[in-house]
Amino acid sequence: MDLSSISPVTLIVSLMAASTPILLAALGELVVEKSGVLNLGVEGMMIIGAVCGFIAAVTTGSPWLGFLFGAICGAAVSMIFAVLTQYLMANQVATGLGLTMFGLGLASLLGHSYTGINPPAFSQIHIPVLSDLPVVGRIVFGHDPMIYFSLALTFAIWYFLTRTRGGLVLRAVGESHDAAHALGYKVIRIRMLAIAFGGACAGLGGAYLSLVRVPQWAEGMTAGAGWIALAIVVFASWKPGRAIIGAYLFGGVTVLQLNLQAAGLAISPAYLSMTPYLATIIVLVIMASDKKRQSLNAPASLGKTFFAST
Amino acid sequence: MLRLEARPEPSRAMVMLTPIIAVIATMIAGGILFAFLGNNPFTAIRIIFWDPLFNDMVASYTRPQLLVKAAPLILMAIGLSFGFRANVWNIGAEGQFIMGAVIGGGTALALYPLESPLVFPLIIIMGGLGGFLWAMIPAILKIRFNANEILVSLMLVYVAAQFLAAMVTGPMKSPVGMGFPVSRNFNEYQSAFNAELLSNTGLHFGVLVMMAVVIVGYIFLTRHIFGFQIRVSGQSARASKFAGVNPHTTVALCLGISGALAGLAGLFEVTGPAGKLSTNFPLGYGFTAIIVAFLGRLHPIGILLAGLLMALTYIGGELAQFQMSIPAAAIQVFQGMLLFFLLGVDILVNFRLRWDSKSKEAH
Repeated sequence: MDLSSISPVTLIVSLMAASTPILLAALGELVVEKSGVLNLGVEGMMIIGAVCGFIAAVTTGSPWLGFLFGAICGAAVSMIFAVLTQYLMANQVATGLGLTMFGLGLASLLGHSYTGINPPAFSQIHIPVLSDLPVVGRIVFGHDPMIYFSLALTFAIWYFLTRTRGGLVLRAVGESHDAAHALGYKVIRIRMLAIAFGGACAGLGGAYLSLVRVPQWAEGMTAGAGWIALAIVVFASWKPGRAIIGAYLFGGVTVLQLNLQAAGLAISPAYLSMTPYLATIIVLVIMASDKKRQSLNAPASLGKTFFAST
Repeated sequence: MLRLEARPEPSRAMVMLTPIIAVIATMIAGGILFAFLGNNPFTAIRIIFWDPLFNDMVASYTRPQLLVKAAPLILMAIGLSFGFRANVWNIGAEGQFIMGAVIGGGTALALYPLESPLVFPLIIIMGGLGGFLWAMIPAILKIRFNANEILVSLMLVYVAAQFLAAMVTGPMKSPVGMGFPVSRNFNEYQSAFNAELLSNTGLHFGVLVMMAVVIVGYIFLTRHIFGFQIRVSGQSARASKFAGVNPHTTVALCLGISGALAGLAGLFEVTGPAGKLSTNFPLGYGFTAIIVAFLGRLHPIGILLAGLLMALTYIGGELAQFQMSIPAAAIQVFQGMLLFFLLGVDILVNFRLRWDSKSKEAH
């Protein structure tokens, strides 16, 4: 094994790329959960975003249109979940699971003839002088635009949730839908919008996976990233800033184990591939055992069905 | 306009009717999907639902497959249904299925070539134990640390799949497999092989276990205090505490039972129909079993019927893949739609649709 082949700068740069799909999906789910809805279909929406974004980018030749289309399709499939849970009052856990299974199936159906194709290149930005600085240049100024977008989105969501009236209404709906309803807020409509936003973010994350991170389309390529995003929402205790830490922690484990595999660590690569999932479990356990913090931030109406009787 | 009105109590008729409505709606939506894929929808639906059972050209092969495919689905779904009733969400049955196959199958591989009537009972126990222990991980983490069992059990599916990969490329790799990542073939090992008991019926030992579990599950759910306790826990955690139910015991039992049953299903699958351990062994039955549990209304008899129906879509799907080149993923979409429709029409159990005329009486 040759550890010197692992360069710290490359590691950090690829860590950020590895974390971005999960960060995007987790941010979307965070908003959904803040509105009191638990959508377990993140994995399904992500893979739909991955395949739709890929198809759009390959067809039009523009990765930007790919991202856009991926987000639109993610939001579109999330509407199945939204209608079932909000209007038909279906169980959110079961419907979310259904969305994941449906999404995985539909994605492999759509992506059937797109395996083995390379998507149009989506390059890193290059700012003269700044990007050429040693170490800092690549870590701070040398990423593709979507990474900066994901960081900006984190800030925007934090601002929206904590500093705006709309965010306050959204959180009120998530804390007590009955009280919000009594105040005259349209609980169902707000939740529909939140779910659509979550779907768009998951779709965008999926598109980043197939257009930049891999970059290729393969069946089942999300490989649990959507579920890890769900775990990161819990890890972040529903705070956008902490979602970055969670996602980057996870990305770090992923990138490190991939590098160790490449460096030829003398254990089966299968054991190294387990580490991101094991790390997720450990993180879940650590966060969940701190009951006080959990109950402070978890939306009180999370996963509960709302029915306006009057 | 159309309005929803809460029923004073859930409609029993609708509990029976809604799965049938969902199946019919799925057939229609599925037909539209197949039409989009450029196939005749009527032929596709006939090939999936009718031909495997009644078309003499293929039925001699497909009919026995019904039990082979249904057994693991029903076995797992019954285990899951207990938890789902109690709001304990084990969605990692796929991982427990894999671990049952790896631990049970691995025991058999370790004993090879010892021929003894004790081998098969032993590997069955090991298979069940493998699934049980794998499910106890989320159970213990839930009880001790309050970690979400949905996410933990799901993460363990990926860990189990990687563990399987490590095993078939390492210690369990067949010495006669020409370097491929597969284990030794179980049908070469008489004592461990889960053979067909009656030829051309698909009836193997796992099917018998499945039937026994349906009956025992029915008794447990309707006649035993355990059935009462899980139903109370699901409806109201607070009320169940007053009824003397220990929530920790419920979590451990629900996850333990479903894990053990999934482990058994995995063991029967790997030593019988699948024949060997390989990275292609997991087929997603653990996830389909979730649909089966809901389609069967979390009731053992319903699950039996739902499992047979879902097995039919698998077999018919393969047939449609073969005869009309409908991609395999279309069947997965089809199964997903079935769950959606089922959850959607479920509303008719607790609500009824009322047509409101303009002249409303004063409230």
